[in-house]
Amino acid sequence: MTTLSVRADRALLSGNEAIARGAWEAGVHVAAAYPGTPSTETLQALAGYDEVDSRWATNEKVAVDVALGASLGGARAFAAMKHVGLNVAADTFMTASYVGVGGGLVIMVADDPGMHSSQNEQDTRLYARLGLVPLLEPSDSAEAKDYTKLAFDVSEEFDTPVLLRSTTRISHNRGIVPLETRREVAVRGFRRDPAKYVMLPAYARGRHPVILERLERLAGYAGDLAAEEGTDGRVGIVTAGVPYQYVKEVAPDLRILKLGMTYPIPIERIRRFAETVDRLVVVEELEPFLEEALLAAGLDVVGKAFFPRTGELSPDLVRDGLAALGVADPRPPVPDAPTTVTRPPLMCPGCPHMVPYWSIKRLGATVTGDIGCYTLAALEPLATMDTCISMGASIGMASGMAASGGSDEPVVATIGDSTFLHGGVPALMEAVYNDANMTVVILDNGTTAMTGGQEHPGTGTTLAGEKARAVDIPALCRAVGVEDLHVVDPYDVSATLRAIEQAMAYRGTSVVITHRPCVEAPLRVKDRPFEVVPDNCTACQLCMNLGCPAIVWTDEVFEGRRKVTIDAAMCTGCTLCAQLCPPRAIVPVEVQA
Amino acid sequence: MSARGVVLAGVGGQGVVLASAVLAEAALQSDFEVKQSEVHGMAQRGGAVVSHIRYGETVASPVVPLASADVLAAFEWAEALRWMPYLAPRGALVVDARRIVPPGACKDHRTWGVPYPAMDAATVADRAADVLLIDATGIAAGLGNPKAANSVVMGAVSRFLDIADVAWEKAITRFVPPGTEELNIAAFHAGQEAGSVRPEDIPDLGLDPIEERNYRIQVDHSWCKDCGICPTVCPEFCLAMDHAHRLVVVDEAACIGCRLCEALCPDFAIRISVGEPAAMSGGAS
Ligand SMILES: Cc1ncc(C[n+]2csc(CCOP(=O)(O)OP(=O)(O)O)c2C)c(N)n1
Ligand code: SF4
Ligand code: SF4
Repeated sequence: MTTLSVRADRALLSGNEAIARGAWEAGVHVAAAYPGTPSTETLQALAGYDEVDSRWATNEKVAVDVALGASLGGARAFAAMKHVGLNVAADTFMTASYVGVGGGLVIMVADDPGMHSSQNEQDTRLYARLGLVPLLEPSDSAEAKDYTKLAFDVSEEFDTPVLLRSTTRISHNRGIVPLETRREVAVRGFRRDPAKYVMLPAYARGRHPVILERLERLAGYAGDLAAEEGTDGRVGIVTAGVPYQYVKEVAPDLRILKLGMTYPIPIERIRRFAETVDRLVVVEELEPFLEEALLAAGLDVVGKAFFPRTGELSPDLVRDGLAALGVADPRPPVPDAPTTVTRPPLMCPGCPHMVPYWSIKRLGATVTGDIGCYTLAALEPLATMDTCISMGASIGMASGMAASGGSDEPVVATIGDSTFLHGGVPALMEAVYNDANMTVVILDNGTTAMTGGQEHPGTGTTLAGEKARAVDIPALCRAVGVEDLHVVDPYDVSATLRAIEQAMAYRGTSVVITHRPCVEAPLRVKDRPFEVVPDNCTACQLCMNLGCPAIVWTDEVFEGRRKVTIDAAMCTGCTLCAQLCPPRAIVPVEVQA
Repeated sequence: MSARGVVLAGVGGQGVVLASAVLAEAALQSDFEVKQSEVHGMAQRGGAVVSHIRYGETVASPVVPLASADVLAAFEWAEALRWMPYLAPRGALVVDARRIVPPGACKDHRTWGVPYPAMDAATVADRAADVLLIDATGIAAGLGNPKAANSVVMGAVSRFLDIADVAWEKAITRFVPPGTEELNIAAFHAGQEAGSVRPEDIPDLGLDPIEERNYRIQVDHSWCKDCGICPTVCPEFCLAMDHAHRLVVVDEAACIGCRLCEALCPDFAIRISVGEPAAMSGGAS
């Protein structure tokens, strides 16, 4: 969608677009990412700038590997991911810190406090401390762009990768951003230096003290970047990121020390600030990261006693805390919302994931699930997923579940194509290697749908929209030793049911690949819709169990049950409900002559 | 002057994000500072979508504090109720008087009821200074395309904001699909004129609860040859084949009385009747 609204020298940009703009203005050459809400649009926006080699990587670790390699080659390099992506990339990240950079290396990580679309709400600042890597935290779109540029300079000046931490409220917020031009930076070229780039124990030992010395200098830098404002010193607030905006909203006159770099923590700078206020307070989202460090440094400070550790902060929660501290008015009473209906997300009409789950439910199995649109199969009416942990975990967990002997029913792992390539392949090798008695259903819809339909190495198209070689997933499975392999069209209900049934009966590791494009991407599918002939509908609701949102109840009752109808505007014409309907009451809409 | 706050709410696919882009752009065109915040991700698939827009001389928080929105505009009735706590008592509520009943909401097989809230203007009358329940979808359909309902709503919203028509028109032109600019601007102006409708005048879905019934499943095992057809058709998974491939009734209480098993049994071995479930389900009849 074109949200970029340019007015000569400024534009209304989301945080992600602003970070992309910042990277471009900073002269970035190479950028890699794996999609993940709320970070995804950053690389998509960068792909719009011709000067940058922007690419989807197979997973976040590969993205950071690519970016580090580009950096050592002397290019300015950028990687982006959601918070849990850094878990995947952590191995390279931790040692990249020792190695340092060639060209500036910036790793953007978008946290999701409140878990709007994530499986946990881990706090990336703890990774900065683990990796001894500096971390910048912008508080709005304009700052997101400025800090991105700053991050490249810091990276080169201090010879370190730099983390740029966003959150959902930065990435998905729009604000006015002044636009500047790109600064062309020459690629420095690779300089061979084994003692710096080959982390043998002997060399790595030499690097660790260098990193600690670097950190001390960076703490001074973080102190210089911090900004003081306000006059009311009854409390002094130490804050950063979007919580800074909430404090400004609620209590604009309070003394504030706004940090731009929250790791390394500029303790001495904060100590000086503390001397100018009556009481030191930290306002931070998620973990008591700053608070604990300040306590350890002997400062008298409060934080999580007044502001929650779970979920997002908001102007209201910040007001509650400041009111409890006696420096803001309590919030006015807010009447509760009137009772309303819950509205969980749904699969699309005609989603090719419906029938594989419908079939597994029919057959009965213990299902280790994974992350993608298909995770919605955990909800009614499919309700056919027993676990969902992290990308790619389904296959290894199925292997372990089978090994435990704890499941009465056959063990089935279900995984999307993008997730399979991201993290499922090594686990499939483990299963085959150890002859796990289980079935893997690979839901190949030819896209990374959950995050908005991105390309991946199996789709045959690059981020730039160019043709690429596509991974042959059946051949890949055979190559790792899968012998019982079925490829089916999930729009053929009986073939899908039969293939899964056969695979489940196989003794050993079997694979079913359900192959049919997503109805949203790369192309929006809209075929001739279906309708229900009311007189033929016996209200058995078999079709309802697919979970297609185009099928809705009517007020017409048959033997005490509601009949259904199909919303023709939503129906994609996939034929699935018609295949299931026992009295054949579902038929294609007549074409008007 | 403190920043103005607007909350836009609707269902994924209704165009909340587009409408908020239009408002943010219109505020920008009027030389205000603007921040706009939306949460998307999973919310886009039929889920609830909300967007906050704040503008003024200066804006700190991108999120509207509770009880402070100058306008809450909803493209659907249940969503208006959901976000009500954001609306300031002095504010204005604009709602497109239409219902989108989530499929899951109907799926209570015992009562067949729908917990969808009744459209009753009294629920919201005392929560805002102005309440506008408009038939935006109907007005847009009258202009030629029900999809322009969002522009009708935004026209109604504009009555409560200090943004000039030219700024709105520029913003609409920038963001709506090419070729629909005129339609959307006409829809916007229609929204500026639209009067409240009475909820009684809006056709109701009327999905009232249906009388609850229980059923008995009787299998005549002397006729049943354990072919396995009926478990594959039962929508409620009441029937199953056991390890010895024998038909068993596993959940009689879940039976909704569709009688698919009865109709499809080649041997007339299964019967469904209205009545209390037998204590010994699965036994021979
Ligand atoms: C480590 C990690 N990276 C990224 C994500 C975000 N994410 C969730 S599901 C998904 C991909 C889903 O694609 P696919 O497996 O093909 O399933 P589909 O949604 O297409 O059905 C992504 C990128 C995540 N949750 N964790
Ligand atoms: S976007 Fe594609 S994969 Fe996701 S629910 Fe819709 S059809 Fe299914
Ligand atoms: S054909 Fe049936 S299942 Fe497929 S999209 Fe239309 S209503 Fe849904």
